[in-house]
Amino acid sequence: MSIAMPVPNAETLAKRERIARALRAIVPGEGVIDAPEALRPWESDGLTAYRQPPLLVVLPETTAQVSAVLKWCHAEGVKVVPRGAGTSLSGGALPLADAVLLGLGKFKRVLDVDYEDRVAVVQPGVTNLAITQAVEGRGFYYAPDPSSQIACTIGGNVAENSGGVHCLKYGLTTNNVLGAEVVLMDGEIVRLGGRHLDSGGLDLLGVVVGSEGLLGVVTEVTVRILPRPETARAVLVGFPDAEQAGACVAQVIAEGIIPAGMEMMDRPAIHAAEAFVNVGYPLDVGALLIVEVDGPAAECDFLIGEIARIGNANGAVTSRVSDGEAERMAFWAGRKAAFPAVGRISPDYLCMDGTIPRRRLPDVLRRMEELSEEYGLRVANVFHAGDGNLHPLILYDANVPGELDKAEAFGADILRLCVSVGGVLTGEHGVGIEKRDLMPEMFSDADLKQQQRVKCAFDPELLLNPGKVFPVLHRCAELGQMHVHHGALPHPELPRF
Amino acid sequence: MLEPRDAADLAELVADAAASGRKLELRGGGTKADFGAPREAEIVSLAGLTGVVDYDPAELVLTVRTGTLLSDVQALVAGEGQMLAFEPWGDEGATIGGTMAAGVAGSRRVTAGSARDHLLGLTAVSGRGEVFVAGAKVVKNVTGYDLPKLMAGSWGRIGAMAELTVKVLPHPREVVTLAARGLSPVAAHAAMACALGSNAEVSAAAALSDGTVLLRVAGFAPSVEARCAALPGLLAAHCGLEPLEDAAPLWQQAMTGAGLKGAVHWDVHLPPRAAPALIAALPEGADWAMDWGGGRVWVCSDAEDDAVRQIAAGLGGEARLIAAPAAMRARVSAFQPRAKGVAALEARVRRAFDPKGVFVTGRFAEDADADALSA
Repeated sequence: MSIAMPVPNAETLAKRERIARALRAIVPGEGVIDAPEALRPWESDGLTAYRQPPLLVVLPETTAQVSAVLKWCHAEGVKVVPRGAGTSLSGGALPLADAVLLGLGKFKRVLDVDYEDRVAVVQPGVTNLAITQAVEGRGFYYAPDPSSQIACTIGGNVAENSGGVHCLKYGLTTNNVLGAEVVLMDGEIVRLGGRHLDSGGLDLLGVVVGSEGLLGVVTEVTVRILPRPETARAVLVGFPDAEQAGACVAQVIAEGIIPAGMEMMDRPAIHAAEAFVNVGYPLDVGALLIVEVDGPAAECDFLIGEIARIGNANGAVTSRVSDGEAERMAFWAGRKAAFPAVGRISPDYLCMDGTIPRRRLPDVLRRMEELSEEYGLRVANVFHAGDGNLHPLILYDANVPGELDKAEAFGADILRLCVSVGGVLTGEHGVGIEKRDLMPEMFSDADLKQQQRVKCAFDPELLLNPGKVFPVLHRCAELGQMHVHHGALPHPELPRF
Repeated sequence: MLEPRDAADLAELVADAAASGRKLELRGGGTKADFGAPREAEIVSLAGLTGVVDYDPAELVLTVRTGTLLSDVQALVAGEGQMLAFEPWGDEGATIGGTMAAGVAGSRRVTAGSARDHLLGLTAVSGRGEVFVAGAKVVKNVTGYDLPKLMAGSWGRIGAMAELTVKVLPHPREVVTLAARGLSPVAAHAAMACALGSNAEVSAAAALSDGTVLLRVAGFAPSVEARCAALPGLLAAHCGLEPLEDAAPLWQQAMTGAGLKGAVHWDVHLPPRAAPALIAALPEGADWAMDWGGGRVWVCSDAEDDAVRQIAAGLGGEARLIAAPAAMRARVSAFQPRAKGVAALEARVRRAFDPKGVFVTGRFAEDADADALSA
């Protein structure tokens, strides 16, 4: 629990009842939750090591209500934390003691589907999978598929710029969103983008996507939908070690193949997954690739052959092509269940999310093994191999005093390692609170201040989801001043939390 | 003309301009200098910041300095069997930085994404004269705000890019064009929508005013063969399809609007289903070409009013004034005017990078109005 949140505002805490009354006037009925016991279920998101009941919860049903809630909170100086399904793994929706938690769960409707233009207009509380379910009858789907897609919402996907196992070929959320209705902290409603490609002017939608709920509250999203590929096939390729598997991945891409998905698991992850779902993963290999190709059957046949050839050239010891849709899904079941599978072999685990240049994989894995020994904590690796996005799972036991702190320190070292080889802190989970204090590893003071100035353009009072993403709070008026010198300690009078 | 040699030079001269209240216009190759209103501003040429910083084809990432010629970048990646998937195009002398700043994308945009989707990271100088880094040099990253998105298509209004990291992808081994002839705009749009909505993975779809429809099928040979065999059946209700050799000039016309008659060029982006209505409503004598399955329509005529923009707005789209006589460009803004709230927000975001308005040159007159609005 090494990450501290801002000290709650005593004035806000003192007027809690008045805030509840005011919000009930905007969202009548059951839309405001303030009984302490009823706030418990809202106290954390997917980063469960951190818990904090919110000041209260408001669950509006219309854009007008969202706007009115934000406008009132803005006028009263009350902070707001937006929340989708609460599946964030980085603490992006962690409540604050002095903030209203604004849940978008009641925005559940698919508003319009236009198959001819291949777009769907949906409310933010629609789950990722529900978009696909709404359009699959006509042979379409929504491409980004985070592993939590059964629960996570498109509003949360927009906030986090969520990815998934297919994003090497089909892109992240940002590449699949055309427009959004966004409510700013002062209650103003703006529409960014539309149902067409490439609006003129600044790409404000592009910066809202992935802004982790700090810039605005999304109340409607227009996404692109794609025709479902004719077929998909997967192949499991096992290697004695990760270095050979990595060389295979590099050669697949160098030969011009962009698979729909290309995942790697190391030995501990393979064993945990196989013990959990029994899908027939080879247990005597050091690294396993799951490579999926999709498209016309003729293309899949051709590419599967190419991948087998490249695998053999790189020392593959096992190779198995999915025979039918059920087996393809089984291949994925193990990978998609890797997190809960690891949850079975360890009381607790932390999931990291760095991205590295793939060529550095052997060095990174070696160093990670050393760190594992130094910290005395086991680590299992699943890896979006095509795009270099690592998910080391650090196994620990929260009931052992000090072990969470040790796991967090280990995780921070892994992310520093990712940055030091030219990579990044987070490939798809977001910064949230989890990686907040590591941001200076990747960005200079000037870089971070420039990002914060964008925040100031949207929310100059810093009321929306404060305490996330940025390690140091700067008042907007100070950020606006010119001639900030590099190297000087930034605003020592402000609390570093 | 100011000619910085590197990011440090650039930072110094922007800081100097900010301190002394001067205006700067950022320029790559200058091939798009006639976009926007006529203005007088000191030119900063970024053409001297050239060269490849890092290129590892297997990583799908290329880092290059901003003034590097687009044609050089394209030749470099083609040499490795790769491409810039957003299919950027430009006149001779166009730079990679200018291409990104203008958000240029070609026919493949409809399936592969635009310039903004392929700009992964950058080093830039803000209007404050400060060097900053945003994004990263890997293909998958969500660390911090996605400032590269803001920079792509910003036309030099928030900062000067010194170095860019772009995503590169394998070039398809085989590319075949299937064509239909004699289709009305309504029929052409319907055929393109059917093709793009099918699982035959058409990578680009365009239509010309002579009734030609172009469908591009690209990939590995067995796949291209299978899809070319399937498409005539899938589109049987719409049109017949024949393979077309030497399709490049027709694609060029659809992609760039080149060869259309008239001195006034509009680039209309709209929901594809509205494209036939746009074309039907065009004034007498206007010429057109559809790309992106109808999502982009080039419109050319000699009429110096903004009727095209009005029609586009009525159909849920927007029209950019790409080329026109100077007098018209002085009168008609380059971009479709934005809703008041969006314009004000955009102004605040610009000022977050450029508080003194160093880059507000008059090229986009609406920027000065928006600044007044948000002040």
